[in-house]
Amino acid sequence: MAGHFEPLPEGGAAVALDEVEISILRSLAVQLMELLGPGDEETGDEAEAKDPLADLFNDGPSEPPADPVLARLFPDAYGGPDLVPDDDVRAASAEFRRYTENDLRARKRQDALALVRALDALSPGIDQGAVLRLTSDECRQWVGALNDLRLAIGTRLEVTDEEDGGELLRLPDTDPRKPMVMAYLWLGGLQETLVESLMG
Amino acid sequence: MGRVSVPVEIERPESSEAPFEVPEPDVPWVTIVHNDPVNLMSYVSYVFQTYFGYSKDKAHQLMLDVHHKGRAVVSSGSREEMERDVQAMHGYGLWATLQQDR
Repeated sequence: MAGHFEPLPEGGAAVALDEVEISILRSLAVQLMELLGPGDEETGDEAEAKDPLADLFNDGPSEPPADPVLARLFPDAYGGPDLVPDDDVRAASAEFRRYTENDLRARKRQDALALVRALDALSPGIDQGAVLRLTSDECRQWVGALNDLRLAIGTRLEVTDEEDGGELLRLPDTDPRKPMVMAYLWLGGLQETLVESLMG
Repeated sequence: MGRVSVPVEIERPESSEAPFEVPEPDVPWVTIVHNDPVNLMSYVSYVFQTYFGYSKDKAHQLMLDVHHKGRAVVSSGSREEMERDVQAMHGYGLWATLQQDR
C-alpha cells in the first residue's frame, strides 16, 4: 500500500508512509505555505483585539501574482486562453481578484496546514514508517492540498501537456529535475488513489 | 435623354454614441473550465460531482469535454452566481473563467 491511499471501512482513507516520504510531503507543504504568504487568520492566537470592520477594507491585490506558481493557483477570472483581454475584461478580473484572492489564499493555506498537522501527529514506529489515517473531512483537505502541490511542481517543471509526464519520466538520473519529477509522479499516485477512495 | 443620375443624399442620423457594447442583462453568464496539463482527470470529475452535485456520468462527460475540446461550460446563471462558481473552481485548483454566453 506504499504510495497508495486505500479507503477505510468507516470512511476516510489510509496510506503507509515511510520517514522520507513524511519528510518530503511536509517540506513541500511548508514551502507552499511560505509561497502563499501569511494570512490574517493566523494572528488569532495573539490576543490582539481585531477591528471587525478591518476585513471590509482589507482588499486583496488587483494584479495577477508575478510568481508563475501563484499565477496558476490564482488565475484571472475573466478572459482565458481563447480571448485577448480588453480593458473591460482586465478591469473585471482585477475587481474579482480584489474580492476573492485573500479568501482563496486562506483556503489553500488551511489545506496545506491540515496536511502538515496530520503528518506531525504521526509517530513513526521502529521501522521508521507509519500508517496515516484520515477522516473524510481530512481527505477533502488533503486532496486539495495534494492538487495544489502538484500544480506548484508542475508549473515549476513547466509541464505543458499530458505527454510531458512521459517525457519527464524518461529523464536521466543525472538531470537536476529528476527528484522533482519523482515527487510529482509520486504525488499524482497519492492524489489519484485518494480521489478513488473518496468516490468509493 | 438619358437618365441623369443624381447623387442621392441619404440622410443618416449622425450617430453620436459609438457602438458600445453594453452587457445585456438577459443574456446568461457561464462558467468555463479550461484544460490543464496537471490536473488529474479523476480529480476534475470529483470536483464536478462534489461542488455542482452532478451525476457521475455528467461529471465524467464534462471532464472529457474539458480534456478533448480544451474547455467545457460547467454552469450557467447570473454573473454573481458564476463568480461564485469560478471562485470555487479556483479553490479546487481548476482553471476557470466566466463570460457572457453569446
